[in-house]
Amino acid sequence: MSDVEQLHAAPAAPPRRVVQIVPVRGLPLVAAVVVFVIVAIAGNFSWALTFCHVVGGGLWTAIDLFVGLVVGPILGRLSIPARMEFTARFMPKMVLLMPTLVLMTLAAGFQLALQEGNLAPSSPNHAWLVASYCVVGVMAVIALGVLEPANLAVLVEMRKARPDGQIIARLMKRFIYTAGITGLMQVATLIIMTRVATQ
Amino acid sequence: MSAGQAAEAPPAANGRRFPPVAELATVSLALVVIGGILLASYAPRRPPLGAPAALAAVSTILLLADVVLLGRLPEFNWARFFTFFRWALLAYVLSAGMIGFAFIHDHVRGAPLAVVTALLVLFAVDVPLIIAFTVARYSSPPHPAS
Repeated sequence: MSDVEQLHAAPAAPPRRVVQIVPVRGLPLVAAVVVFVIVAIAGNFSWALTFCHVVGGGLWTAIDLFVGLVVGPILGRLSIPARMEFTARFMPKMVLLMPTLVLMTLAAGFQLALQEGNLAPSSPNHAWLVASYCVVGVMAVIALGVLEPANLAVLVEMRKARPDGQIIARLMKRFIYTAGITGLMQVATLIIMTRVATQ
Repeated sequence: MSAGQAAEAPPAANGRRFPPVAELATVSLALVVIGGILLASYAPRRPPLGAPAALAAVSTILLLADVVLLGRLPEFNWARFFTFFRWALLAYVLSAGMIGFAFIHDHVRGAPLAVVTALLVLFAVDVPLIIAFTVARYSSPPHPAS
């Protein structure tokens, strides 16, 4: 049975809930994180910059790896109704969480590298940091150009009175593949960052 | 955006062929990212601006081509497009503003700041455009009248 047939043949589907696209209750937390990062940069506070970079980067890497290599493949094997149910709860959180973590990690990391002299051409870490920019750049284009728009389009489709199973299946496939690619690229980030920390 | 609005949306444009608006915007975004990497790789020194400025120029041309393609789209769900474009623009202007703040804080001035600002403006427009187009294309009529 195809994905779309599964959607239409779903036995006694549970009552539909209104799918929230952006969890409004999370916005104050995002604002607090952004203010914290701005204060850390403005004051050049080493501890705060390290905190933002390590906590943000740790969560970003772990979530990307887990979603790309564990959740994604499981999601790909679920029936469409099960995927929709999971997605309706999971993706709105990702819409807020991931951009916040990425902003926190990159802004604080750049400032920290500048402060510690790692950006200087004479630093042994300079080449590794440029390599990390390239890895992050590829991940950013994939995440912002493909993954995030697909997430939002799935959520909007699910809010419709009659969601189109074909559209949802196609967009979810895109999400699963791109999450897998960014997950694999995070392995490169781990290698680069552990090199930088130990040189 | 209410559930009612979503329920009133026209049937999805599944199968309808659209011009490569999202693809062009993604290439435009990729050029911005490459320009940003080139600039950041020279920090804290003054970077050569030729390549980043050229990338910003090509990225702008691609973005303008996107606007022209969008303007020619028949029967597109503009209401949905602009709802998402506005909110995403707000989010990415804040993001770009924060990155710009970091550069100003690090004493980037003059021509390098102008190139950084141009790249950030492109970034702040490209991403909302990709998001809004991707969302609206699946809420547009399946077959335009023309």
